[in-house]
Amino acid sequence: MSDVAIRAERVTKRFVMHGQRPTSLKERLVRRRGSEDGWFNALTEVSLSIDSGHTVGLIGPNGSGKSTLLKVLAGILRPTSGRVEANGRIASLLELGAGFNGELSGRDNVYLNASLLGLSRRETDRLFDSIVDFSELAEFIDNPVKHYSSGMYAKLGFAVAVHVDPDILLIDEVLAVGDEAFARKCLAKISEFQEQGRTILFVSHALDQVEQICDRGVVLNHGKAVYDGDPEFAVGTLRKIFGTDQPKEPDEEVPDEGISFDQILVSAVPGGPAVSSFTAGEPLAVRVETTLSGRWARAVRGMQVVAMGVGDIPIWLMETPPHAQPAGPGRWAVDFVLDAPPLLGRFVLGVQLVGDGGQPLAHTRTTTAFALAGGQRGGLLRVPYSVRRQLPSEASGS
Amino acid sequence: MAMTRSADERARTQTRIRWELLANLVRKDLKVKYQGSVLGFLWSLANPLLLLVVYTFVFQLVLRSGIPQFGFFLLSGLLVWNAFSGAVGAACGAVVGNAGLVKKVRFPLAVLPLTPVGFTGVHFGLQLAVLLLVMLGTGYTHFLGPQLLLVLPALAVTLLFTVALCFLVSALNVRYRDTQHIVEVALMAGFWLNPIVYSVALVSDHLHGAVYLLYYVNPMAGIATTMQRALYAQDPVLPTGHRVLADPGYLFYLERLGIAAVVSGLLLLLGVRVYRRLSADFAEEL
Repeated sequence: MSDVAIRAERVTKRFVMHGQRPTSLKERLVRRRGSEDGWFNALTEVSLSIDSGHTVGLIGPNGSGKSTLLKVLAGILRPTSGRVEANGRIASLLELGAGFNGELSGRDNVYLNASLLGLSRRETDRLFDSIVDFSELAEFIDNPVKHYSSGMYAKLGFAVAVHVDPDILLIDEVLAVGDEAFARKCLAKISEFQEQGRTILFVSHALDQVEQICDRGVVLNHGKAVYDGDPEFAVGTLRKIFGTDQPKEPDEEVPDEGISFDQILVSAVPGGPAVSSFTAGEPLAVRVETTLSGRWARAVRGMQVVAMGVGDIPIWLMETPPHAQPAGPGRWAVDFVLDAPPLLGRFVLGVQLVGDGGQPLAHTRTTTAFALAGGQRGGLLRVPYSVRRQLPSEASGS
Repeated sequence: MAMTRSADERARTQTRIRWELLANLVRKDLKVKYQGSVLGFLWSLANPLLLLVVYTFVFQLVLRSGIPQFGFFLLSGLLVWNAFSGAVGAACGAVVGNAGLVKKVRFPLAVLPLTPVGFTGVHFGLQLAVLLLVMLGTGYTHFLGPQLLLVLPALAVTLLFTVALCFLVSALNVRYRDTQHIVEVALMAGFWLNPIVYSVALVSDHLHGAVYLLYYVNPMAGIATTMQRALYAQDPVLPTGHRVLADPGYLFYLERLGIAAVVSGLLLLLGVRVYRRLSADFAEEL
């Protein structure tokens, strides 16, 4: 079932800033057109393709365009350019209790909200008890909603939304409301949805939730998708964005066309088919292929490969021995062969070409992570150890 | 999983649900308006009742139109005008008043301008029923007769015309907020330009032939005179020598309603097209 559930193709969304926008016919006729209308691009050429049955987390700093992207995917906003395609019924939870009217009772609001979200009266009748159960508001359900607390409000809204039976669920930060017990309930429901093969895209600031629930993470910054891949690494990328005020370092940096990184292949044997997960002790090979011009072939003294964990923490380093420079211009490929270390986790590789004195000349990194599993529990590293039991007679004083 | 129904079935379900949604929204508006009030729904009769008293005073006593049983004459045209102007006036705010919804939920936007039509339609039904009961109760039997059937095409054209304008004004008001004010003024003018508180004879006196036909390009003129023919149903002679009704027969009204239907139909096409085009950007303009 890997057909695409929802897809955005090079979506750009431009908002015109309304400072001086004519809002009446009189103003339109009197003023000249187009003066003083500022604009900004909330999204720039964002492409995202989600196969059905996957859960994707969308994270980024405030103002990065996450909600805008969600609204464009939901069909609420029209993209300025680009296309959106969806297969299946979409339910978007951009705000809980949309359509709630304070004067009406919880019961009336459930029916109204359900109707807005696309349920027929008959379906709502059938689901009503389940909705009220989920919201834990049975004794208040006939009171006017204006008397509800904000937590109760959110619970009711989520209860209805969760029963809508969508193929694709778009959620915008609404899991943050409610107490922890309720949050757990919501997450359990989402797991249920995942098991049922529904597609979920959700925006959250709770990064640990993203790592826990999603199988893919997308990071948006200033309207552009800056990372699309492993959820743990997505969170790591975002944390780097928060931590540094400088723009994110580019993945790949070469001084000119004289150096190009052609391929970085992680496999079991050099040149073999790509492998993405290994058990401790299994053979692991990393092949790095580059193309160097004459000038750079003379300048490059060595290649370093660093395996990095989440947050780009260097875990182990492999480098070419001295005097292993490229022979001449053209293709320069290096194979690193090792036994997979007894580590647990997901890793990416950073590759650096260095010149005299270790001076960095060019670098790049992989975006697909590979996994190591040692079968160990309770830690990143499996360390061999021995246990000796103290015999009762050896114990000094019992 | 949800994909078990066929695409056809899902499309049909969606349309049925859309009507249900409209009914739910109308019901919500009614509940919200009348919940907690003692007389409840009966308050909706207060407005026409008040107008009846005031206009009767002005036109029967002060200005002496000379129309016998003026109250029934007035209400024949007034009830349908109130329904129309109430719906169109409310439609101006139909989208802007639901900004929160539009910006956050994906739902068929066409239900928004139709909700005020349903809302005033319900009130109109009640008022018409009361009018007929009062007519019967006071022994006013003129309306019992084949001309009463003219009410049906008249109401059909009213619906067409009302819906057309509701789509137009609700969409335009999002971008040009003074649409509301223009509509208010236009409706006020429309009330007086249409033969609701006076007999159309006063107009037809001055307009002849083709120009008089043009008068009926305004759909309300045809609708109001038809309702008067159907409900008031008598054609006495005024002190000025004119007859109260536009025409004693039936064909006249069917022809005028035909013109009104064509005009309304064109407006509907325009209204739907404008709404469709502008609604794509509602979420960001609100």
